[in-house]
Amino acid sequence: MKTQGSIPLWRDARFWWVVGQVLVVLLTAIAIAIFWSNLSHNLQQLGIQFGFGFLNSQAAFDIGETPISYLPSDNYARALQVGLANSLRVTVFGIVLATVVGVTAGIARLSDNWLVRQLALVYVETLRNTPLLLQLFFWYFAVFLGFPRLPAHIQLPGPIYLTQQTVALPWFHTTRDTNIWLLMLGANLVLVWAWHWWDSRAAAPALPLLLKLLSTLVLTVAIALSVLESEFLRWDAPRIVEANITGGLQLSPEFGALLVGLSLYTATFIAEIVRGGVQSVSQGQWEAARALGLKPGYILRLVIFPQALRSIVPSLGNQYLNLAKNSSLAIAIGYPDLYAVASTTYNQTGRAVEVMVLISVTYLSISLVISSLINWYNRTVQLVER
Amino acid sequence: MRQWHSFIMATVLLGLSLAGCSQQQRQSQLDTIISRGNVVCGVSGELPGFSFVGQDGKYSGLDVDVCRAIAAALFDNPDAVEFRNLNAKERFTAVQTGEVDVLSRNTTWTMSRDTSVGLEFAPVVFYDGQGVMVKQNGGIKSLADLKGRSICTQTGTTNEQNLADEMRKRNISYTPVVFEDVNIVFATYQEGRCDAVTSDRSQLLSRRSALPKPEEHVILTDVVSKEPLAPAVAAGDAKWNDAVRWAIYTLINAEEMGINSKNVTQLASSSKDPGIRRFLGVEGNLGEGAGLPNDFTVRIIKHVGNYGEIYDRNLGPKTKLNLPRGQNQLWNQGGLLYAPPFR
Repeated sequence: MKTQGSIPLWRDARFWWVVGQVLVVLLTAIAIAIFWSNLSHNLQQLGIQFGFGFLNSQAAFDIGETPISYLPSDNYARALQVGLANSLRVTVFGIVLATVVGVTAGIARLSDNWLVRQLALVYVETLRNTPLLLQLFFWYFAVFLGFPRLPAHIQLPGPIYLTQQTVALPWFHTTRDTNIWLLMLGANLVLVWAWHWWDSRAAAPALPLLLKLLSTLVLTVAIALSVLESEFLRWDAPRIVEANITGGLQLSPEFGALLVGLSLYTATFIAEIVRGGVQSVSQGQWEAARALGLKPGYILRLVIFPQALRSIVPSLGNQYLNLAKNSSLAIAIGYPDLYAVASTTYNQTGRAVEVMVLISVTYLSISLVISSLINWYNRTVQLVER
Repeated sequence: MRQWHSFIMATVLLGLSLAGCSQQQRQSQLDTIISRGNVVCGVSGELPGFSFVGQDGKYSGLDVDVCRAIAAALFDNPDAVEFRNLNAKERFTAVQTGEVDVLSRNTTWTMSRDTSVGLEFAPVVFYDGQGVMVKQNGGIKSLADLKGRSICTQTGTTNEQNLADEMRKRNISYTPVVFEDVNIVFATYQEGRCDAVTSDRSQLLSRRSALPKPEEHVILTDVVSKEPLAPAVAAGDAKWNDAVRWAIYTLINAEEMGINSKNVTQLASSSKDPGIRRFLGVEGNLGEGAGLPNDFTVRIIKHVGNYGEIYDRNLGPKTKLNLPRGQNQLWNQGGLLYAPPFR
């Protein structure tokens, strides 16, 4: 009979576990070293030095859309920031739009109304099953470039003007008092919070939080209106002046096509996720809610949706990530996003490796931020088990 | 435990194969090409007159003939070329990584490309300048009329930068609309999104000939920049660079000496002129120095012709493009084409 603790080393699972880890680390390190030496060897042969110094040299090319100020005399780093700003712009608006459309279409797929259900089905199945690039070309060439040229235009109520050069929507513009307004509203919130905190120390609060908020808000707005000279935001409708459109929010057809294409495409996946999520809630929940006498709208909003969110949110996050990454298809339809600007940069400087590293790191960061936000939200909707 | 074994084995094998492929010392590309038996040539494939795939599936154009000349010099066979279509963005990486042996794709020779992109340029094969094309009825007569308008161009080209420079100099604000694919650049211009499109003048002419109604488009007289278009090879390979360089000089020198595809065989056997005899490799051993067969010039001229013949075939008055030769004449006829002496 063997004595205790005398298992030979080569039969010990824990030993092999450690060996396995060490081996993987070693092999990874070797692979990276080989790649690196191969890369530096090749670069050396071509007479190229690896480094990010080129980011400080003058870009000398122009960018069509600049949400942050940019001139061709600025450096490549600035040009890339403009590209990043453009990417973020389309990603943020795209996520909002895709969520709204997706949730609506997902619920429409479960509607009792036959026509609504079928329309949603056709929308989801056609857009989900065709390549995004194709759809972007469709939106760009067939829709946005199909609008009439200025001074001819299509006018939608709003007023919204559709032309080949620009899509003009009414929008808010900040006034010179906007910052003071923000400050006052912020102070108001702090005040309400303090008041509520003070109040809740007593056994029973005198007023519900909402009422406190409303009453002080009315007071703040009244004061602000009488003291400040301009409103919080100014409603700015586009208008036609001498065969040109001025004012409002003007979107380029490139941005428009990309936003619509990305959002409607991603929305189809979101619709399927929402449908699946709603259907995953057991039938008994519907029946129980109905037995309580709730109306269908309330059932969905108060009983079904909160439970469905648990399975919807993680997959939703994936779709947001896809949308952010797919925004790099912008280059095909001429929208100067991060990838497009980076391509130009790499082309002019010949710094393929450095630029690719920059692009990868940037998209990775964007994805990680989206993913951690959605994970945080996910934790708040999950069942809290005790 | 079993999984670990197979996983480790697979990783070791992967590591070994990686080690095997990375540590080879690079020899001259010329030797690789000769042992491979053909030249891989990067072209645009989208530009009638320069490189274009015809209805018969064959490539033709000035850039293509440069590739064929190199193949003829090496293999006595102008068809020993494998063409790769590259867009403006892909082209430099394709050369750097050795995916193509030579880039013959209306590429402008600039200092930064020569010095920091890892390229080595061969002699200029076409002297061009950047132009701007507009619609005839668009009310645009000069660059100044483009204030506040949008201009389409292709990403990664010198055109993009030259335009920015020129407009900055003249203080004209405009909206650039930049695409990766040259076809989309011109499609978007055609749709009317852009008031103008900018590119090399030869390219504009070539593209205009492909538009549905060419007569409705005019190319402004303003020339924005000089664009010397030259083939390029990877930097750091003098031997291969020499071979490409002298294959191109052969084309220019042959025209200067009056040698063409029809008379070259006869001249090689009967000419008494020592200059011609040396050029055609009958006397001396000029070719060997460049790592080429001694009769490489005869091979090139026999199969592809001299520069003049190439020009006439692809861009001359008998073609749709009908480009006047202008700066692309020989040096002794008022042009810029000049080959160093073959001796």
